[in-house]
Amino acid sequence: MASNKKYWKSVEELKDSSIVETLSKNEFVEEVPTDEFLGDKETLENSSTSRRDFLKYVGFTTAAASLAACEGPVRKSIPYVVKPDDVTLGVADWYATSIADGYDFANVLVKTREGRPIQIMPNKEANGTTSARVQAAVLSLYDEKLRLKEPTKAGQPISWSVADKEIASKLASLKEANKPVVLLTGSLASPSTDKIINDFIVANPNAKHVVYDAVSESGAADAFKAMYGKRALPNYKLEKAKTIVSFGADFLGDFHGGFEKAYIDGRKPETGHMSYHVQVESNMSLTGANADKRVVAKPSDQIFALLNLYNELTGAGVSSKATPIDADIKAIAKDLKKAGSKAVVLTGLNDVNAQLISLEINKILNSEIIDVNNTINIRQGNDAEVAQLISDLKSGSISGLITYNVDPLYTLPNAAEFKASLDKLELSIALSTENNESASVFNYALPTPHFLESWGDTLLEESTYGLMQPTIQPLFNTRQLQDTLLKWSGSSTKYYDYLKAYAKANVLGISSWNTALHNGFFKKEVVANATFETTVSISNVASLLANTAKKSSGFELNLYTKTGLGDGKQANNPWLQEFPDPITRASWDNYLTMSIADAKTLGFSNPVKDNGAIDGDYAKVSVNGVEVTVPVMIQPGQAKGSFGLAVGYGKTFGLKDEMQVGVNAYPLYANGNNVQYGVSIEKVSGTHQYACTQVQKTIAGRHDILKVASLKDYKTVDPKDHHQGWNKPSYVSYDHKEVEANTIDLWDEHNREVGHHFNLSIDLTSCTGCGACVVACHAENNVPVVGKKEVRVGRDMHWLRIDRYYSSEVETREEAKELGLSRGEMYEALETEAENPEVTFQPMMCQHCNHAPCETVCPVAATSHGRQGQNQMAYNRCVGTRYCANNCPYRVRRFNWFNYANNNEFDFNMNNEYGKMVLNPDVVVRSRGVMEKCSMCIQMTQATILKAKKEGRAVNTDEFETACSSACTTGAMVFGDVNNKKDKVAALAEDKRAYNVLDYLQTKPNVIYQVKVRNTNEA
Amino acid sequence: MKSVELHNRLTTSLLRSFTFLLIFAFSLSSFSQDVDEARQKEGKKLFKSLCASCHKLDKKLVGPALGGVEGRRENSWLKAWIKNNAELRASGDADANAIFEEYNGSNMTAFPQLSDKNIDDILYYTTVGEIKKAPAPGQEVVADSGASSSSAPEWIIYLLAAAIIVAFLMIASLLKQVNELKAKASGSDFKGSNFKRDLHELWEGLKKNTFLKVLSTIFLVLIGAYVFFGTVFKVGVDEGYQPVQPIAFSHKIHAGDNQIDCQYCHSSAKHSKTSGIPSVNVCMNCHKNISEVSEETVVEMEDRTLGKAELDLEIAKVYKAAGWDAENLEYTGNTQPIKWVRIHNLPDFVYFNHSQHVTVAGVKCQKCHGPVEEMEELYQHSPLTMGWCIDCHKQTKVDLKGNDYYEKIHEDLAKKYNVDKVTIAQLGGKECGKCHY
Repeated sequence: MASNKKYWKSVEELKDSSIVETLSKNEFVEEVPTDEFLGDKETLENSSTSRRDFLKYVGFTTAAASLAACEGPVRKSIPYVVKPDDVTLGVADWYATSIADGYDFANVLVKTREGRPIQIMPNKEANGTTSARVQAAVLSLYDEKLRLKEPTKAGQPISWSVADKEIASKLASLKEANKPVVLLTGSLASPSTDKIINDFIVANPNAKHVVYDAVSESGAADAFKAMYGKRALPNYKLEKAKTIVSFGADFLGDFHGGFEKAYIDGRKPETGHMSYHVQVESNMSLTGANADKRVVAKPSDQIFALLNLYNELTGAGVSSKATPIDADIKAIAKDLKKAGSKAVVLTGLNDVNAQLISLEINKILNSEIIDVNNTINIRQGNDAEVAQLISDLKSGSISGLITYNVDPLYTLPNAAEFKASLDKLELSIALSTENNESASVFNYALPTPHFLESWGDTLLEESTYGLMQPTIQPLFNTRQLQDTLLKWSGSSTKYYDYLKAYAKANVLGISSWNTALHNGFFKKEVVANATFETTVSISNVASLLANTAKKSSGFELNLYTKTGLGDGKQANNPWLQEFPDPITRASWDNYLTMSIADAKTLGFSNPVKDNGAIDGDYAKVSVNGVEVTVPVMIQPGQAKGSFGLAVGYGKTFGLKDEMQVGVNAYPLYANGNNVQYGVSIEKVSGTHQYACTQVQKTIAGRHDILKVASLKDYKTVDPKDHHQGWNKPSYVSYDHKEVEANTIDLWDEHNREVGHHFNLSIDLTSCTGCGACVVACHAENNVPVVGKKEVRVGRDMHWLRIDRYYSSEVETREEAKELGLSRGEMYEALETEAENPEVTFQPMMCQHCNHAPCETVCPVAATSHGRQGQNQMAYNRCVGTRYCANNCPYRVRRFNWFNYANNNEFDFNMNNEYGKMVLNPDVVVRSRGVMEKCSMCIQMTQATILKAKKEGRAVNTDEFETACSSACTTGAMVFGDVNNKKDKVAALAEDKRAYNVLDYLQTKPNVIYQVKVRNTNEA
Repeated sequence: MKSVELHNRLTTSLLRSFTFLLIFAFSLSSFSQDVDEARQKEGKKLFKSLCASCHKLDKKLVGPALGGVEGRRENSWLKAWIKNNAELRASGDADANAIFEEYNGSNMTAFPQLSDKNIDDILYYTTVGEIKKAPAPGQEVVADSGASSSSAPEWIIYLLAAAIIVAFLMIASLLKQVNELKAKASGSDFKGSNFKRDLHELWEGLKKNTFLKVLSTIFLVLIGAYVFFGTVFKVGVDEGYQPVQPIAFSHKIHAGDNQIDCQYCHSSAKHSKTSGIPSVNVCMNCHKNISEVSEETVVEMEDRTLGKAELDLEIAKVYKAAGWDAENLEYTGNTQPIKWVRIHNLPDFVYFNHSQHVTVAGVKCQKCHGPVEEMEELYQHSPLTMGWCIDCHKQTKVDLKGNDYYEKIHEDLAKKYNVDKVTIAQLGGKECGKCHY
């Protein structure tokens, strides 16, 4: 029952720490640092500046400043010489395009203003989704610090024509001598590029193409090839699934590119059907956090469990071992059998044998969920070929190396060997968008455009042919890989013409190119795989797999990618660095996640400072002779005996100083295997300072924030039932009697009948916590980045945050009282539960209260209420008293402690001419000393209204959008006008799951939450 | 930044029109003898309507310069060419074919509708050209009188100041007499110069009179407050801001004399939040053919007067920006954007949308920008302060007819406020968040 649960945000809280108690009461976690500028008494007394002098200076500077301000600056207005036809100044143009940067792939829409892309949104027609990284990619376009700007040879600028000439003659001589040349690229998933590469190889028979992904899923692709004869990844139609069992596959994160939309489509309680999802994993992943049942098992146990499951399902007796989770596996086997063809098993272990077993299980289940025809074509990296390449390089049998958008010197575990063997090459060329370590040591570094400046095509899954088109003139002197290869193959065709011809001949047929380009995608018919006789022997595979796991000794390390930084390609992107990890809520860092039990035995802790900041101890981790020193983060739900560590951090080359954070985990990523055995750990001295917002911004009062119901209760129990109800109204004491909170009010009602009345509905069942909305909000509202130091002291500026709550089933306050437990003891009891807590995400932003506590306390009426339901903030009126933040029960107001734009102290995107190009011209950049917060994207609602007015029509149904609701692909966030009864949100506001956070305060928010429903697999 | 008083502007324009009247009268009288003006006029009319898009008198345009063409070609040949040049070429006329070749085979429109008289009139116009005007003898005088009349307000101010001083002295002397009478009575022994003594006595008198003391204190405080707030509230208000622009562009000539619609150049005003400074290609739509102004054009800017010579140079600046080679009539591709100085500056924290006002509300540009069509040099007409915006939003009743968006909202609001027509403020146009985000 919802009311029986205890919600908590950090391990520290379980210890009933008084600090957390204090923090929940503080307006801002950090005291205003008056001491810093007053200094110590002694210095003040010794100072030669007297009080009078000081006043004189102040007087003079004030007078001088006001005199200087009398003369306004002269502003220039410089129009185009020839205005492009499709640009109307002040009106945004949207282009449909695709993203393919080697790790992130998506069909997207790009918003441009005056020829500058300023925002990326999912192309929902193409079933496109965006993650935080895809949303943030628009800022990486303007990364003038990191991007390659002109072709160079040995660090010296060179013209394209000279470079082409030299390289062409070198390639010719290599071809003549039949010396091997390797083209090393990341996954391209681009059919036309594949063809160009093939043509290049035909023209140069000494050339070979090797695909290298820094974060590899080679095992899955190899297994699929062995089973179905085609090197690709299977697709999963999770929307139709009844039971989903995942062994460490983070399919809401980066596994096969993510399946969040399909997954959530299969989990809509109002349809009466919800898939039952069991996650067996060691790290607490986003997927595990969303699972109905999360089974904690370290990686080696996962392998045995997978084998046990196979035995359980088939009755076979492949070699395996008993694990602590055998009982769970028995239950899982039963559920899978029950669900039959509507069941599916996924495995995240990058091990060809584990992948084969899971494919076999799906075969046995006759699963309709796994789609082997509409395959996924990303993550084509081939570990075996990469390993071969490195040994060939070492032996000197390769003479030429051309890389495209990969940085082996940063991502290879054996980067040193790779570097040493570069001397043996006769020709090394890096084609790259960003300058990186590898490009800096190669003979030639040739800049390629960002995908927002490029033409291209993608085939992310067989059914969707995506097109990529430029949305901005190239910022630098760049040339696409395809154009370069065409040129080197001796062709004079431009890639654009090539692409158009290719698409027409091979994909579009008689369909129009312009229509396909306009839509950004073309739906293709999926051809069934040719019949293929597999030669895989499952018993062999199983014993091989069992042997891998049997070697396990000591601790196990599970390397993973974070939602924010992924494989680290966008490490210089301040939005992503500041993006708090959905699980740990830490930004600007990676760390070793450790279970509570291990931390206790090994002596690690995460003390919370009185300003809400978290510290951590350092650990020296060594795997196969490689040692790294990392800070430790204690993670509830981490499997005992295992650690987690994110790759993608610790990059230094070319990055701004502020971005050089974290530890590079790639040296531990031997053989592309995300699980490393035989890990030893040692506590070393030093204290690490995290920038973690975990316990800051704690909401006042702790009940009625989250409501969770089981699917069974949702279906059978009256939500308002006085005892069993899962969405009970709150009661308050009035006139010494308990009454429903909504029957009494301090305030007069606003008249909401005329015009629009905006509401935002957030479905906690559909929210996976992916954080795309957080970055979308950054882009739309010019939310500044404040840096690690400021985040640590609780001054992050995120208008929209996603709170993560842990919860445990057992205890209630009443129960604890009955048992006579002290508060401390109650939490102690909860701690055992903390080994595997339930997780709930709750996006939290300004609630736009109809009866807003912030409005009444503002002495200058800077925050006021609009008739359309928005709580408006007039920045120019704000004098910075911060009373409003103090009176806000939701902790959503943010104060500009500094000027974050044009300030060298905050050297992020708002401090350089390129980075500023991403700013939204419709929203002001706030200056120091004012309060800001979510505006419910009033600039977007006003624009929608204006569009309707100009066209002389009423606003269409569901036409209103906010940045967060458009970025949300699972449909968790729905925005609209409740006065238009046809708007989706109007029905949602009345839904039986709808509730307001802290509704006993009667603030009457315009943000509605929908009770989270979990399928507990009862009934 | 320089601001100019409005009454000055009014007098200058009055003066200007007067000058023109005089010049016109003189030109009429002085030139009617040697040129057949009626014929010239007729020819000019035809030339402007039919020929001017491709020909000029003194310069190559799309076709050759036509000034004095009668001297170069036979009259009969010209008539044949003008009526149907293709026929003439087809007949194998060598001259006709040569001309056709010279202009890269661009076809000239045939004008079979023109009578011989029409053509003769046109040719007459190409021969005599524009009627030149000698400087009008009366101009100097007029200009002088203008100068004196425009300085008139200044001496009125001096006069007023003098009157005030006199009045003040009168009061002072009155007070003095009173004091002298008092001093006689009390037997004062104050010695000194007369003036000093007077001042001293005035001061003494003031000191003794409590009522006067209170009165003057109040007076001083009020004046101080008025001056202080007057100054402070003017900070950042740039009404009358009239910067010098890189090109002496006259809105009067374009929007006033030539009646070009505002939105022809400021085309994004109806679609977008910005009205848009026109790009150079918009200028070139017309100026490709208009490379010079007519002889009599004069533009009087605040601190300078530009005649034809200067104005032609200004048009040349447009050509430079567009990369237009006026000699060879082609684009060189060597372009330079024009760096206009922005006049209407709203702070970043204000959101203003032109299309809301222009397209939805149908507000005339002049409502905020003033009589632009009369401005030789553009200046900021309105204060652009928040009070100014709000006043308009409070007073303006909205005409919502024919816009489906407003239908229901208007009905509800009219009922709520019990009025026929609602104001913008009643529609919510006074909420902070509507303009500040």
